[in-house]
Amino acid sequence: MTLAPVAAPLEATGLCVTLDGRRVLDDVSISLAAGQWTAIVGPNGAGKSTLLSVLAGLRRPDSGAVLAGGARIDTLAPRERARRIAWLAQQGEADGDLAVRDIVALGRLPHQGLFGTPDAEDRRAVDLALEATGATAFAARRLGELSGGERQRALLARVLAVQAPVVLLDEPTTHLDAPHQRAVLCCITGLVRQQVAVAVVLHDLTLALAADRVVVMAHGRVHAAGHPDDPALHAALADVFEQAISIERIDGRDGTRWVAVPSP
Amino acid sequence: MNTTTGSPQAAIAPRGLATASGLALMLAAASVLLLLAGLAAGSDGWSLAWADEWTLLRDIRAPRSIGAWLAGALLGFAGAVAQGLFRNPLADPYLLGSAAGAGLGVVLVLAAGSAAGASIGLATAGALLQVGLVGAAFIGALAGVTLTLLLAGGAGRPLSLLLCGVVVGVLLTAVSDLVMLVSPEAMRGKQIFLLGTTGFLGWHSALVLGCVLAVVLPAAMRVSRALDALVLGEASAASLGVPLQQVRLLLVAVMAMATGAAVAQAGMIAFVGLVAPHLVRRCVTVAHGPLLALSAMAGGVLLLAGDIAARTLVAPQELPVGVLTAVLGGIYLLVLLRRRHA
Repeated sequence: MTLAPVAAPLEATGLCVTLDGRRVLDDVSISLAAGQWTAIVGPNGAGKSTLLSVLAGLRRPDSGAVLAGGARIDTLAPRERARRIAWLAQQGEADGDLAVRDIVALGRLPHQGLFGTPDAEDRRAVDLALEATGATAFAARRLGELSGGERQRALLARVLAVQAPVVLLDEPTTHLDAPHQRAVLCCITGLVRQQVAVAVVLHDLTLALAADRVVVMAHGRVHAAGHPDDPALHAALADVFEQAISIERIDGRDGTRWVAVPSP
Repeated sequence: MNTTTGSPQAAIAPRGLATASGLALMLAAASVLLLLAGLAAGSDGWSLAWADEWTLLRDIRAPRSIGAWLAGALLGFAGAVAQGLFRNPLADPYLLGSAAGAGLGVVLVLAAGSAAGASIGLATAGALLQVGLVGAAFIGALAGVTLTLLLAGGAGRPLSLLLCGVVVGVLLTAVSDLVMLVSPEAMRGKQIFLLGTTGFLGWHSALVLGCVLAVVLPAAMRVSRALDALVLGEASAASLGVPLQQVRLLLVAVMAMATGAAVAQAGMIAFVGLVAPHLVRRCVTVAHGPLLALSAMAGGVLLLAGDIAARTLVAPQELPVGVLTAVLGGIYLLVLLRRRHA
């Protein structure tokens, strides 16, 4: 007897998006597995952020479909969709005088609805999210008063508080220094351990090569996808970045890592 | 603003709420004291012989003071909604065409009233005309904001929104001027109206203002978490399943209703809507729910204080309170802008 195949947490097929007459996404298919993190990389204008917003249900594709747990997301009620898919915008948009704790508590909106009041479970989810991102210490401060690193951790905690099975992060490490980048990566691996399906748009190829799977995009298409060890993937990366980088191997104490270095 | 407490748990616990209720208490106390001062402030100095002046107190000073507080509360509330809705700390309901729209509505009703030969003396205005003016001011304010939103292509770009608000303000004011050319009767009424004065507030006005506040404040507070979510940006708010379209429509409606009611009863009173939420945010870190309520209280305190000052500063003469708030609010805004640049 075989078990019925479990629907992927998030699966998209044949996505096409045209903006101002330009094909931003051209027949993109991608599947996110539970307990795995996928890095999405590619040159500027490759369609990475557009792909993420389509996957989050924030932009309707011209054709193609996105399924969350087997259900088309455009048929889900907005709150149901929000419970299944948490999305972190690129930095810079959030601004205001709200306390970090209130920001993080917004992650519970999909569960409570606009008129609901937080219950014990909501408060616990907020506490856990603050703890996981190390944001507890500045939970009472205002978003506008935080440094770039603190700010990003607060916004990431907001995403974690949703406790969604799918988490989509759009360039969460840009403008962050190395320790803060590492903190974000720790959060991602923490999510993966909890069997969350994670997709992260990254500019930093070395960070991306720490993922379970790398999707290389160019000109609105998926150019290549594979494991970070895959030589074909490395060739594809060098290709889409016009040979400006090469992928080098570092054998360290905790195994093999890959780094992207500028080509001479 | 607050002393930091020792344990991290205490630091993240409802500290904001505690100070928010502290501020609420202070504002409530200030409101009561100012109301008492409002009863005592007369054209020939302060008077505490309340028993002798009972009729005066009951018919003039009491409704005027309560009305001034309520009008200020509506403006403070509307300012807090505008600043959250348009994600701009300098947004003011007046900047988005609602005041000019309300003004045009009032002028149109006055013109129609004078054309019909009806008496439109404001002090003697009957309940029907009051309702008509509030209605016209409300519809005008709504139309003004809607026009601004349409021209700006939504509320997503604050700068173009504010610019469109200025354009709509100029346009609607020009239309008002045109109407007044045709109907001089409306001009006289409008001048009294739009000067920004609390001198004509009677019990009817206070009742109307109170009813409007009782509707718009709870309605907006019910969806206040959508304003919190908008802090993250529009797309993020949408990703949380917030029905932005409906919420925005509701908030624009309550904002226009609050502004329209305040303008219809007390004229153009400058800067209260802008300044009240700022003062609250300077004192406490709160989500939009408490911010809306506290801004209303702060607006009430500001306008009532302004009203008492306007009555007593050059007594027995009286300053129009709108002139006073414009001067004080303008100075505050300048200081604020300088500090932002520094």
